[in-house]
Amino acid sequence: MNKVNAEKQKITRSNLITFGMVIIAYVIVEIMLKTGNISSLFKGLLVPLCIYSILAVSLNLVVGISGELSLGHAGFMCVGAFTSATWSMLMSGSAMPAGLRFFIAIVIGAVSAAFFGFIIGIPVLRLKGDYLAIVTLAFGEIIKNLVNALYFGIDARGAHFSLEDSMHLNMEGGDIIIKGAQGITGTPKNSNFTIGVVLLIVALFIVLNLINSRTGRAIMAIRDNRIAAESVGLNVTKFKLLAFTISAAIAGVGGVLYAHNLSSLQALPKNFGYNQSIMILVFVVMGGIGNIRGSVVAAVVLTVLPELLRGLSDYRMLIYAIVLILMMLFTSAPSWIQYRERILMSFKKNKTERKEKD
Amino acid sequence: MKRLLSVVLTGAMAVSLAACGSSGSGSAASTTAAASGEKTETAAAAASSDATWKFGSQGPLTGGAAVYGTAVVNGTKVAVDEINAAGGINGYQIEFQSADDEHDQEKAINAYNSLKDWGMQVLIGPTTSAPTIAVGSEAVNDNLFMITPSGSAVDCTKPANAFRVCFSDPAQGAKSAQYIGEHKLATKVAILYDSSDVYSSGIYESFVAEAANQGIEVVDTEQFTADSKTDFSTQLQKMQASGAELAFLPFYYTEAALVLKQADSMGFKPVFFGVDGMDGILDLDNFDTSLAEGLMLLTPFSADADDDATKNFVAKYKEAYGSTPIQFAADAYDAVYIVKAAAEAANLTPDKSVDEIGTALEEQMKSLKYDGITGAEMTWDDNGDVDKEPKAVVIKDGAYVSAE
Repeated sequence: MNKVNAEKQKITRSNLITFGMVIIAYVIVEIMLKTGNISSLFKGLLVPLCIYSILAVSLNLVVGISGELSLGHAGFMCVGAFTSATWSMLMSGSAMPAGLRFFIAIVIGAVSAAFFGFIIGIPVLRLKGDYLAIVTLAFGEIIKNLVNALYFGIDARGAHFSLEDSMHLNMEGGDIIIKGAQGITGTPKNSNFTIGVVLLIVALFIVLNLINSRTGRAIMAIRDNRIAAESVGLNVTKFKLLAFTISAAIAGVGGVLYAHNLSSLQALPKNFGYNQSIMILVFVVMGGIGNIRGSVVAAVVLTVLPELLRGLSDYRMLIYAIVLILMMLFTSAPSWIQYRERILMSFKKNKTERKEKD
Repeated sequence: MKRLLSVVLTGAMAVSLAACGSSGSGSAASTTAAASGEKTETAAAAASSDATWKFGSQGPLTGGAAVYGTAVVNGTKVAVDEINAAGGINGYQIEFQSADDEHDQEKAINAYNSLKDWGMQVLIGPTTSAPTIAVGSEAVNDNLFMITPSGSAVDCTKPANAFRVCFSDPAQGAKSAQYIGEHKLATKVAILYDSSDVYSSGIYESFVAEAANQGIEVVDTEQFTADSKTDFSTQLQKMQASGAELAFLPFYYTEAALVLKQADSMGFKPVFFGVDGMDGILDLDNFDTSLAEGLMLLTPFSADADDDATKNFVAKYKEAYGSTPIQFAADAYDAVYIVKAAAEAANLTPDKSVDEIGTALEEQMKSLKYDGITGAEMTWDDNGDVDKEPKAVVIKDGAYVSAE
């Protein structure tokens, strides 16, 4: 019994450290903002940092906890971004206060991304490993291409859709909201650092609580041994789908923040293509698969790093790649881990030796 | 021991990298100045005791669209060096720095902010449309004067502080339709465009809208996307079957080269008509220029024009970067001179704040008339859109010739 309690305490402590880390970072940045000790570059990075942290947390739920390799996370982000931006554009003329509108936008983004996650999850989660990776990769690309071809406008007669071009909408005046490849322009800038941090904490709260719940243990049991889990009566599809849908919803929230941080929203390969999905996966792998706190740290470090390297101008991306490889080796290669441990040990030894001398 | 050595070495490398990163903004500024040639360096040294203008430029310097960003940055550098050698703007030298935005809205904001930290007063950029829209909504809060050489989407100039040198997409589509209508080039037109590209789909829509007024019948419309831009045979066959006399190709020259080749091999020979993105097709590696024979394009700039200003620019650009400048570089070159003209008209000095400079330049732009290498008598309307006449050129014997 004591052992269980000790384990619980350990988990609580670990979770508190994670939340504490985020809150302390928030307080420090707020103080810097208030005193004006912050460069415009870093100020502009604050919301993206929250976005990528949220995405990393979300993907870690699928990759780390549920043990499925998903390469389509940018697709869910895209769904969240476009649905919420459409809502904000529709409501921008109305008397609705901006705060409430943005709150509803977040809910819409999360729900629509969760819906897509659910729909995709039903057939996809029957697959395993590499197959799942390929199908989710394709899904992300489909979403991106669909959005690029989608025209959506609204006039006095109601909503119009087209996959051809804006002439096929047959509009009578009114506004065209999604203009195919031109995307949505003029989304109100509602995202800010405080909202970003609050959403990150909510995402962390959901994921960490899920992991330590009965459901979370079931999901991890399925990850570790599917046959054994099935044999004790766990509904494999249900739990996998649950993790996948929650993860999609959180990614959708990341998309909402993204859409409301920039005034032009377009589904480019750069922001919603597979490059982005891979980038999110890199955050997760680098931070440690299944390690939620680690993925937040990795997301922050890897988002800030290319900006810090701006001074190197032409060599920036080259050096970014080298640093990425070195960091990956440092955190994950077995020989490096050994070195790290040995160095730590020698420090400890030195300390104890010194103590003995004193 | 060997292993230990390698660990130490990598550690040292990481530290030195970190050092580079922290002192980055300062060192980059000096290297750009150093790279800009010896004579400007001495000129800069002479005037460095006083304040200097700080011009920034941004565009994709890495990735798939790097050609355009590099052209803009290089074109800006040529103009800045020229102006510095001639004594600067109102007697003050220009400092110049560029930033990479990777053709991504979010990175564009980062690039803009890093330039702002450096102390940028005027932005010659961004290069591409989506980043221009994103940066515009940030720059309007600082009232920082920005003039995009090549951001052609309509919304690029929505903020009061944003202007452009190139045509907007609708203007280009409409002007193309007008040109075809007025010169009676064809009545049956087939269109092929990149539906996943802002630039291409924007021109397409305005072309179709204007075509009806010009008595042009659009007999066939075909699309491709960025993911499937190597095989055009299906689209070309349909266009051929539609009996079109003219094929309108509003996209960039890299894809156009493939289209021309495939059309040739299937014996489809209408008049091909392109827009400014087609400029550069003759310089493409391994492209048989005879395929482009008779290709018409509307472009504000051709590197083979024989006026002195263009010759001077092309020669200097070739000397510095070893290649023929494309339209993007010419637009950027003009953009710097437009800022110079406006700043001189307002008698501005660089010691003023960004906001003051912005307000003064915006005021001047309304009445400014400028003759550049991408058009004569350019004027700007209240939106910040340029009004100039496009030149139609036709390719004859592997060279651009004025169509008139």
